[in-house]
Amino acid sequence: MPGPPVTTSTGVKVRVVTLKINEHDIGARETDSILDVAQANHIRIPSLCFLEGLSTWGACRLCVVEIEGYPRPVSACSTTVSEGMVITTHSDRLKRYRRTILELLFAERNHVCSVCVSNGHCELQDLAAECGMDHVRVPYRNQPYAVDSTHEMYRVDHNRCVLCTRCVRVCDEIEGAHTWDVMGRGIECQVITDLNQPWGDSSSCTSCGKCVQVCPTGALVKKGTAAGEMEKHDEFLPYLAQMRGNR
Amino acid sequence: MSDSAKITLATAWLDGCSGCHMSFLDLDQRLIELAAKVDIVYSPIVDTKELPVDVDVGILEGAVSTEENLQIARMFRERCKFLISLGDCAVSGNVPSMRNTFDLDDVFDHAFVETVQAQPGRPTESLPTLLRTVVPIHHVVNVDLFVQGCPPSADTIWYVLTELIAGRTPDPTQITRFGA
Repeated sequence: MPGPPVTTSTGVKVRVVTLKINEHDIGARETDSILDVAQANHIRIPSLCFLEGLSTWGACRLCVVEIEGYPRPVSACSTTVSEGMVITTHSDRLKRYRRTILELLFAERNHVCSVCVSNGHCELQDLAAECGMDHVRVPYRNQPYAVDSTHEMYRVDHNRCVLCTRCVRVCDEIEGAHTWDVMGRGIECQVITDLNQPWGDSSSCTSCGKCVQVCPTGALVKKGTAAGEMEKHDEFLPYLAQMRGNR
Repeated sequence: MSDSAKITLATAWLDGCSGCHMSFLDLDQRLIELAAKVDIVYSPIVDTKELPVDVDVGILEGAVSTEENLQIARMFRERCKFLISLGDCAVSGNVPSMRNTFDLDDVFDHAFVETVQAQPGRPTESLPTLLRTVVPIHHVVNVDLFVQGCPPSADTIWYVLTELIAGRTPDPTQITRFGA
């Protein structure tokens, strides 16, 4: 049975539910996602497209978890908790799925770490290490993608892009510019600025650089950085999101 | 003559920068300790010219980029009981594989004609045939262990070798990674 309603800081009443994650009994608000609850309880679930402060996208599927009674794994970021859920975050199957997702990401575009400006500060590289992805079993696609260096401060290297859409969301939801969007399908899919115009010619970009800071890989970077020099900082995001509220 | 109680080790570099072997040499004084337990029977850093037919551990650095690389990789697989891909080029193709997005003819022209002042022209002899696509070693032969890093640190190599000597299977993912 759902617990009694509790009042949140925003004044909305939500119920408290109890559930199990990896054998641990946990209480959570019924509006929270599985990923929120896991993070709040220091249970690590690998994730890539999710970023606190941005809307939930659910595209990368790295945060898949198993729920007892569900026919297939679900993404923890986009599934809300409910009373009595029994969740597993690291079964052999889930580990295999995560590893395969990472292998496909590495095979799809150029993710050669050694010469990347983000080497050592890259979420994709960290995830490969965390998930034990020590080699790629599928053939590499070896397809070249464009590099756009027309912006005076920043560069987009589509070869390093994993299509997490964090740049699209931060630009729209936090900066309010909506310079970034997504175009094309399948392997042709890529992020674009304005109406697929060079970034440097964009009339909507404010050059705030939030997209660069939230990009998990070396796809969006500051110009003038050499291998390993591009460190990013996205700590500002939850604060800005909170200050912005629903405006 | 090799001591029969010692583990035999063979190494080779394919399409790599030799940095992984330099990292191996960075074991420094630990090389002496290693020499007490391991016999290096074939390697660019020893004088033997032929890979023996039966070797305990084989280590390959570098990607497979030429017909010769392919031949060596196959020979190592055939003759080594346990085969290790050492470093990012061997494990993922790394920098050598970045030519894969270009047409092979353009690669030749750029390397031997466009950027060369003295006697520009494609080589016609003495060089192994380039493969159209550079691939990691495990895409052409089975590999038993993957050691990432560009290059893997001497400590990583030491960990891998000492674990193998102790009869255990090392898990290098705990101490190294792509690009490390």
